[in-house]
Amino acid sequence: MTQTVFEPWNDPDATPLIQFQGVTKRFGDFTAIDDQTLDIYEREFFALLGPSGCGKTTMMRMLAGFEAPTEGRILLDGQDIAPIPPNKRAVNMMFQSYALFPHLSVWENIAFGLKRDRMEKSAITERVDRMLKLTRLEKFARRKPHQISGGQRQRVALARSLAKAPKLLLLDEPLGALDAKLRQDTQFELMDIQEKTGTTFVIVTHDQEEAMTVASRVAVMDHGKIVQADTPDRIYEHPSSVYVADFIGDVTIIEGTATPREAGYEIAFAEGQPPLYAETDKTFAKGQACHLAIRPEKVSITAEKPRDKRNALQGKILDIAYLGNISTYHVELPGGQVIKAQTANTRRLSRRTFTWEDTVWLSWTDTAAVLLED
Amino acid sequence: MRRVTWFNTTSLTLGFTFLYLPMLILIVYSFNRSELVTVWAGFSTKWYGELIRNEAFLDAAWVTLQVAVVSSTVATVLGTMAALTMVRAGRFWGRTLFSGMIYAPLVMPEVITGLSLLLLFIGIGLDRGVFTIILAHTTFSMCYVSVVVSSRLATFDRSLEEAAFDLGCSPGEAFRLVTLPIIAPAVISGWLLAFTLSLDDLVIASFTAGPSATTLPIKIWSSIRLGVSPEINALSTILIAIVATGVVTASLITKRASLRLQAEERAAEQQA
Repeated sequence: MTQTVFEPWNDPDATPLIQFQGVTKRFGDFTAIDDQTLDIYEREFFALLGPSGCGKTTMMRMLAGFEAPTEGRILLDGQDIAPIPPNKRAVNMMFQSYALFPHLSVWENIAFGLKRDRMEKSAITERVDRMLKLTRLEKFARRKPHQISGGQRQRVALARSLAKAPKLLLLDEPLGALDAKLRQDTQFELMDIQEKTGTTFVIVTHDQEEAMTVASRVAVMDHGKIVQADTPDRIYEHPSSVYVADFIGDVTIIEGTATPREAGYEIAFAEGQPPLYAETDKTFAKGQACHLAIRPEKVSITAEKPRDKRNALQGKILDIAYLGNISTYHVELPGGQVIKAQTANTRRLSRRTFTWEDTVWLSWTDTAAVLLED
Repeated sequence: MRRVTWFNTTSLTLGFTFLYLPMLILIVYSFNRSELVTVWAGFSTKWYGELIRNEAFLDAAWVTLQVAVVSSTVATVLGTMAALTMVRAGRFWGRTLFSGMIYAPLVMPEVITGLSLLLLFIGIGLDRGVFTIILAHTTFSMCYVSVVVSSRLATFDRSLEEAAFDLGCSPGEAFRLVTLPIIAPAVISGWLLAFTLSLDDLVIASFTAGPSATTLPIKIWSSIRLGVSPEINALSTILIAIVATGVVTASLITKRASLRLQAEERAAEQQA
C-alpha cells in the first residue's frame, strides 16, 4: 500500500496558497517584519512560532487585512491582496480574545458572517447547524456568550470563523485562555476539524509544544525574521541555529572549536576534557568556533564508562528534575560545564539508580548531537 | 462587619438629615391648605389642582420638555461622534488640545457659557426662543455625553469591530450591528444625563430664552421673586417624584441585569 505523504512544500509543481514576497512592515522606526519571503500551501496547518514581539502577530494581521505591508507583496491564490479590505477577503480569523459579540446568541454569532453575505435564510440555518454540530455546541445555540464556559466560547469562535468556509483560517493564540488539560484536548480537536474541513490553517502561538502538536510546518520567528520554517521533526532534530535549538525543547549547548576528523568533526570544548565527535552535513574550517547542541533524551547516563560510544564524559549529578514519567539530570563536568541527560522512569522511584552527588558517565552517539555555526 | 454603633447611627442620621430635610419640608408644605407657605393650616391637595389650571406653568413645562428631548437627542449624536473620534483617532498632533477642548465646557462657569451664547445669537441676528435654548443646551450637554461614552469606549475591545470587518461588515455595518448595541447603555445614560441637565438648567436658559419661550426653571425662579407660593411647592414635589421614580427604576433595572448576568456566568462555569 502506498500512502501519499502530505508535503507540498517539497513538490516543485505545487502552487502555494499564500506567498509572502519580500514583505517588510515598519511601525514608525520599528521594523516588525524584515524582508520576509514565505510560501504556505493549501490544506496546510502552518504555525508561526516565536516569543512575544517577534512579529508573528503582524504576519497574521497582514493576512487578515488589518495591517498593510510597507514593502513587498502578499499573494493569496496568486492575487495581490493589498487592495482588498478585510471584509472582502476570503480569509477569516479567530481572535485571541475570541471577540464574540456579547449581545448576540451563539447561533447569531455563527450566522453573523453568513447574513453579511446575503445568504438565503434556509441556507444560513443549514450552515449554522452544521457548524454547531462540528463543534458540538448544539445544546448551547440559544445561549449568550456569557452563559457558556471558556472552552465552549473557544469553540463558538472557531465555528463562527469557519462558517463562511474561508480559503484560509487564521488563529491568533486560539488556546491561550484555556487551562492545560483542556488545551491538549482542544489541540487534537483543532487538528481533527482542520482535516475534516480541509481548510488551510495558520496559527500564531508562543507555545512550542502546541505548534509541534498541531502544525504540518512551523516557522520559528525572531525579531521580525523567520529563522527556520520546516516540519516539527526537522525543527527539533535539525535546528538551523542555536536560537532555534534553544527555543524548541530542552537542549544543552556546548561551545568549542571544530577540527575535521574522519567523516565529521572533533570539538574541543574545555581544558583537560577529551574532544567530542559529531557528524554533520555542514562544513567547518579547522579551528572554527562552533556550538554543539545535544538534546537531553539523547544522552545516556551510566555508572560505568560505556565502551561502544566515542562521546563519553564523566561528571557529578548536580540536580535532578523529577517529572514523574521522566527525570532530567543536570550533570556538572570538572570544568564547570553542565550537561542535561534525561531518562524515562520505567521503574518506580524507590529503585532509582542515581542520586545527588553521584559520579556518572554521560554518553551519546556520533550522530546524536547537532553541530551549529556561531 | 455590620455593627450598629453609636457613631455610625449618628453620622448616618446627620448625613441624611442634611441631604433630605429641605426637600421633606417642601413636600410637606405642598399639602398645606394655607396661602402662607410657612404656616400649617391642615392637609389639602388644592394647590395641585391650581397648578393644573395654571396655563403659564403648563406652557413652560411644555417648552422645557421640548427643549430637553430635542437638545439631549442632538447632544447624544454629536457627543457619541466626538467620543468615537477621540478614542479611535489614535495619536495625532494636537490630540491633547482637542480632548481638552471637548471637556473644557464642563468646568466653564455657566454664566460665561450663557453670556457667550447670548452674544453669538445677537451677533448673528438670531431671534431668541425655543430654538436658541435648544442650541445652547445641546452645546453644553454634548460634552457630558462625550465623557460618558468615551469612558465606555476606552474599555471596548477593538477586536470586536475587527471581527465584524473580518466577517464581512462594512465600517457602517460594523458600527450599527456591533459597536452601537454594545455601547448602547452608555449612550442611553448619556442621553438621560443630557436630558436631566437640560430639564433643570436655569442660568444658560435665562441667557438664551426670549420673551416667546420660558422654561420651567425660569418660570419658577421668576415667580419666587414675587414670593413663594404653595403652588411652587406642589410643582417641585411633582418634579421630585418624577426624578425619584426615574432614578429608582433605572437603578433597579441595572441591579437586576447585573445580578442575572452573574448568576448565568456562574451557572455556565459550573456546567463546564
